[in-house]
Amino acid sequence: MNTKTDKYQRLYVSDISCASCVNTIETAVRALPGVEDVEVNFAERTVNVSGDVAEDVLINAITKSGYTASSLEDNSEDTSKENQELAHYKELLKKTIVAGVVSLVIVAVTMLDLLPDLTTFKGQFSWGVISLLALFVLTYAGGRFFTGALKSFKNHNANMDTLVALGTGVAWLYSTFVVIFPGSVSEIARHVYFDTATLIIAFINLGSALEMRARGKTSEAIKRLIGLQPKTARVLREGNEVDIPIEQVVMDDIVRVRPGEKIPVDGELTEGSSHVDESMLTGEPIPVSKKIRDKVVGGSVNKSGSFLFKATHIGKDTALSHIIDMVRKAQNTKPEIGRLADKVSSIFVPTVMIIAVLTMHAWFNFGPDPKLTYILVTTVAVLIIACPCALGLATPISVMVGVGKAAEYGVLIRKGDALQKAGQLTTVVLDKTGTITEGKPVVTALETSEGSSEEELLTIAASVEVNSEHPLAEAVVEASKEKGLELSSIESFEAISGHGVRALYGQKEVLLGNSKLMEDKGLKLGSLQSRSEELSKLGQTVIFASLDGNPLGLLGISDPIKTDSKDAIKRLQHSGIKVVMLTGDNRDTAGTVANLVGVDDFIAEVLPQDKANEITKLQERGEKVAMVGDGINDAPALAGADVGFAIGTGTDVAIESADITLMRGSLNGVADAVAISKATLRNIKENLIGAFGYNTLAIPIAAGILYPFTGILLSPIIAGAAMALSSVTVVTNANRLRWFKP
Amino acid sequence: MGIVVNLIGVLLIVFIIWWFWLYKKQSEATIQGSSIDIIVDSGIYEPSVIHAKQGQEITLRFIRKDSNPCSEKVLFNDLDISADLPIGKPHNLTFTPDEKGEFEFTCQMAMYRGKLIVE
Repeated sequence: MNTKTDKYQRLYVSDISCASCVNTIETAVRALPGVEDVEVNFAERTVNVSGDVAEDVLINAITKSGYTASSLEDNSEDTSKENQELAHYKELLKKTIVAGVVSLVIVAVTMLDLLPDLTTFKGQFSWGVISLLALFVLTYAGGRFFTGALKSFKNHNANMDTLVALGTGVAWLYSTFVVIFPGSVSEIARHVYFDTATLIIAFINLGSALEMRARGKTSEAIKRLIGLQPKTARVLREGNEVDIPIEQVVMDDIVRVRPGEKIPVDGELTEGSSHVDESMLTGEPIPVSKKIRDKVVGGSVNKSGSFLFKATHIGKDTALSHIIDMVRKAQNTKPEIGRLADKVSSIFVPTVMIIAVLTMHAWFNFGPDPKLTYILVTTVAVLIIACPCALGLATPISVMVGVGKAAEYGVLIRKGDALQKAGQLTTVVLDKTGTITEGKPVVTALETSEGSSEEELLTIAASVEVNSEHPLAEAVVEASKEKGLELSSIESFEAISGHGVRALYGQKEVLLGNSKLMEDKGLKLGSLQSRSEELSKLGQTVIFASLDGNPLGLLGISDPIKTDSKDAIKRLQHSGIKVVMLTGDNRDTAGTVANLVGVDDFIAEVLPQDKANEITKLQERGEKVAMVGDGINDAPALAGADVGFAIGTGTDVAIESADITLMRGSLNGVADAVAISKATLRNIKENLIGAFGYNTLAIPIAAGILYPFTGILLSPIIAGAAMALSSVTVVTNANRLRWFKP
Repeated sequence: MGIVVNLIGVLLIVFIIWWFWLYKKQSEATIQGSSIDIIVDSGIYEPSVIHAKQGQEITLRFIRKDSNPCSEKVLFNDLDISADLPIGKPHNLTFTPDEKGEFEFTCQMAMYRGKLIVE
């Protein structure tokens, strides 16, 4: 429980029902030490307290005075939600059983003809008892339909409750009328429908319970994410390591994590090193190595070493909290495809009521005798079989599962619309640097001249390049560090624009640069020249080095292609999508990389500000275009594309310009996102076709359209079962997505 | 007899159309101050039509009493706002409507329906 001591707090008290409650609560709270002022808002059912007093103390005091108070913030919302759902589920089952048992009794006495004829007083009395029994089921197990229908009606609204209440209500009223006035209907029409009313109620309760069960499963992804959050953290306080609830971790706390433990909050490693499994957050299956100053993410699992880290993000600011928030929001959005169903839903129930009246008309004017019986059976069947729920659930329930599924693979979808568009893409544009490649140049080749060694070449080159800020220079310095080489100081560093650099190493002149620089200085490159050409063909940038007029060797530098880029591109192409690479590089280098990874096309020499234009050009040709980039340099292009993918490094989830954020760096995330979106879209379509199809077929059949040709009439009981089943089917179909593997 | 029954049927249809579609007087409310309570119960939002002023921050306090799972979410599709509503505990949705117009809010299945009118 929360123990903060805010100066001003608000609590919610659900059961303030009278003015005297206000007094009781005020007195109880005022008596607490630290309370300066208390005000109970009767209308809002809130208690506002000023003063230095802990929230749990307040809640305790109010509870003791006989009321139920809770925090106005929704912290432990999900556990309480689960409990409420479970209670509701059990309640529905109980109602199903009661309604079911009573129905069976009624069916039994009807079928076995156990009761006397209605025309006798004994018969009327016995059937009267049955009528009361049915009324009990209607109020106990079906009461919510009637109150719901009434409230909606008063509000000029109609929903599923309206249909169920009308259908079962009409069946009961008519039957009771027959029991009381058996003489007013002809003998062949003298039939009662109590079992119909109660069985429908039983079926619909059962359907609701099953639907609820299935629905619970659709939010499993969120539950899984919430479950990643550990409950406690071990922090250093006054030199000791103590276990505290996670809510009490503050910024800059030093936290200890031992092997096998979950990392409680976000932070920066300060002591020790380890490998951390971030797969449940990013989808990246290989544990990531962590050393001092590396970032660690709350919810990930420490695999090997023990380490300390400084908390940098806590509470609602952690990456995990942001992810949960984003997934939850996205699950609540509806893609365009669902809008039509919404429109139909909004007029659905009154329309069904009109159809029911028209059915009555038809049977009254053209139906056979006993008219009353046919009218009753068909009208009740029409009201009961229509299922607005299936229609309303079709889209959102699939979106819930699809968005959750994507999150499992480290793919965060911002909106339902993005999901729909990602499922309809024709072209994916990939930024080269940082998307197809690692985005960080490294030395990939070293070639020395006779008489020099790789160490010498790298030491001299790095000693010079350490003075330069060029990204390629950084790669050279990094390579020397990796080999543990010691750098020497140099003098007279000078950049030769567009060609390279010159410096004095000891008393000797060092030149680092392209072949043009070497030729200008009259150096003979010999075999280095042909090696250089080979490397250039592989897309590498070559730097020659010379010392005192003699060639030392060359360094090949390239931005390595991510190991799985090629496979991911192939996957996209297999799903019928054209893959285009976009880069600022010159045509030759771009062409080489394009060849290596197997894209369908490439656009080279594009300035960063022109990337968005290239997207527009593709869209003008009728393509549905996705842009994949790092989300920083290519924000306009991401925003301009039909779907913008930001390829993240780990857990930067808050990339605003992107519709979809990939938490791991791999392009496979794009292929996963496309596959999941396609599957979800297909699922939505199945649901919509099913729900529309069901209603358009079932309603006319219930109205008796088959009767003139086949003599078949649908029993309202079957209608009830079909209706209950239809929404369960929609939810179950959506749940199939949970097993989907992209 | 036949004419009477048919007439009643026609009147019933006219009534349905009028009551559910043409009759516009829903429970309306204008936000006093900056916050308003909206009760979610028995298939409806109450009040279901809410008037707010453009550019002014508002807090909609949804109080869900209905345990029906349909009522667990409220979505403002056109405003990109949504929330999960706990039972029996108010949930505050605070935002500033920047655009004038009518914005529908519904449950996930669009059975509960309300409207935010920004003037």
